[in-house]
Amino acid sequence: MADEKTFSWLNPFESVDLKIADHSDGIKQWAIDNREAIQPFKIFLDGVIQSIERAFLATPPLVMLAIIVLIAWQAAGRRTAIYVAVTLTVLGFLSPEAWSLAMTTLAIVMAAVILAVIIGLPLGIFAGKSDRFEAVLRPLLDTMQTIPAFVYLVPVVMLIGIGNVSGVLVTVIFALAPLIRLTSLGIRTVNPSVVEAARAFGASPSQIMFKVELPMATPTIFAGLNQTIMLSLSMVVIASMISVRGLGNEVLRAMGRLDAGKAIVGGLGIVILAIVLDRITQGLNQSRRERGHRHWWQSGPVGLIANLFHKHA
Amino acid sequence: MGAPAAEPVIRCDGVWKVFGSKAKEAIRAVKAGELNKAQIRDKLDCVVGVSDATFSVGRGEIFCIMGLSGSGKSTLIRHINRLIEPTDGAIYIEGRNVSAMSAKELRQIRAETIGMVFQNMALMPHRNVRDNVAFALEVRGIAEDKRRQVARQAIEAVELTGWDLKYPDELSGGMQQRVGLARAIAANPSILLMDEPFSALDPLIRHQLQGTFMELSAELHKTTVFITHDLSEAIRIGDRIAIMKDGVLVQIGTPEEIVTNPVDEYVAQFVGGISKLDLVTAAKVMLPLEQYRQTNGSTDTANWPVARPDDKLNTLVNLSIGTAHPILVRDGDVVAGVVTKDALLRGIQGRDHSGPAKREIN
Repeated sequence: MADEKTFSWLNPFESVDLKIADHSDGIKQWAIDNREAIQPFKIFLDGVIQSIERAFLATPPLVMLAIIVLIAWQAAGRRTAIYVAVTLTVLGFLSPEAWSLAMTTLAIVMAAVILAVIIGLPLGIFAGKSDRFEAVLRPLLDTMQTIPAFVYLVPVVMLIGIGNVSGVLVTVIFALAPLIRLTSLGIRTVNPSVVEAARAFGASPSQIMFKVELPMATPTIFAGLNQTIMLSLSMVVIASMISVRGLGNEVLRAMGRLDAGKAIVGGLGIVILAIVLDRITQGLNQSRRERGHRHWWQSGPVGLIANLFHKHA
Repeated sequence: MGAPAAEPVIRCDGVWKVFGSKAKEAIRAVKAGELNKAQIRDKLDCVVGVSDATFSVGRGEIFCIMGLSGSGKSTLIRHINRLIEPTDGAIYIEGRNVSAMSAKELRQIRAETIGMVFQNMALMPHRNVRDNVAFALEVRGIAEDKRRQVARQAIEAVELTGWDLKYPDELSGGMQQRVGLARAIAANPSILLMDEPFSALDPLIRHQLQGTFMELSAELHKTTVFITHDLSEAIRIGDRIAIMKDGVLVQIGTPEEIVTNPVDEYVAQFVGGISKLDLVTAAKVMLPLEQYRQTNGSTDTANWPVARPDDKLNTLVNLSIGTAHPILVRDGDVVAGVVTKDALLRGIQGRDHSGPAKREIN
């Protein structure tokens, strides 16, 4: 085909075919060939996802609701806890299956976020320390964030097969970038004179890392974590295309049947989960000054219980 | 330590710091006299931070380095605990070459021997006062209750008792710098490095903190290098003062030497506005008794007020009020000289006592 065209200097693009698409298709074969090698990782991740999901589903909905509300109280204060309680109740009454679907989705999102933190935090710290590493990482992160998910959906399915593990993996690819970026930013914006003071008092590089840089970067890192959670939730519908169950699957199926009502129920469920997770992680994000300089164990339900013990002791 | 008794606590020996990628080349060129500073900047793209600084600080001495911003004083002080590596020259702490230390030895000497106070406090916002103060002990792995005890003593020493559990952003600037001072003395180091510690504070608080620092330093006898851009602060605090200009130590001497014998126009400009009342001694302004008698004839000195040679001008003014006689300066039983009214007034002005001024200083 390409040979039939004559080469033109004014339009070289049409007459030259480097066959990049054909070569890239080789990634599919590579993925199929490497299926066996990835099996242990797949089994391990599948086990993690399933145990989280089973735990969420085995807990009676009201108990689960109470636990989430307590976490919200601890992380973000009483006002947010009330807000979370109300929205979660609305979620439960959306439809009879809504709660269990939401728990499945929550389990997938949790697994994705845990994996993202395990990968993203060290990479972010390293990127914050090394300009060269950051320069290498940046185009990769841009790609992960902007490339349409459908592009890597196929190779991932070829490599791992459909199901939860692939769903978590594509979610991590999409949602990882802000955690790395903001961890790096947090490390880079630590006041250099405080780091200098730590050096002047004889702190070693690892002590500077754990006693100065990471604590001072924590609010920024939490902002990144918040963004990662939000992006994970926005992936649940796409992930349901490779057979991930939960609210996203509900939306997808409703779309196929042009069932607007079911789509709205599934969509609202995702929105409510997003709101709840956002408020809780934003609470983590508060500075110490906003909290009145109390440690986390001095406020919220834990603080209440600790206080009771103190009074009796 | 193993050093001979005469060894100063801090000794800087020909320390150079040149910033830029061609620093070594630049130093060679400067030493050979081929290029000056401006040429180095233009041709080699290097900036000279400190050039050929040589000085030593004895045990218990407070050594002030005075200069305007950009004169390289903060760069110089950071060489002492090697926060900055010298391009050339060497620094010795109690006889040990700091540049030759391993990373571990360096951390140890920083944590145990050298305390530092910073202009911008540089406290850790996520730690309360107690944990900030105990930081040097914490990095050395000292047990928590020992740390708390030491921190409490240091906090008490800077008059902040009761603020242990507050966080830096709950404290005023002056209190934050007290915490900075407590942090520096907590590990009981033998050396204190003070990098413009009081410059960011308002005048009243600054004066107060200078007072606290001087009391502490009289009590603890720390060898101190004190950076300031304020000559009156340097004179109030320092045993000796070094004037720094464009990375060069222009003059090193006692406050009196600097004020009465400025080595060049630059130093003279600095010291011009300084009150001599509490600096200049009788010994500096007196005439020999013989010379006085030659011009005024033989006079009876019995009714004259008497001062010692190391009395300051302020004392001489007090003695001189209410009498028409000059002041007799006596060192024990020996008559050292005479301070006439003219000489006293000229001394206060900061001019030579013999007649009209030879040179306008200000």
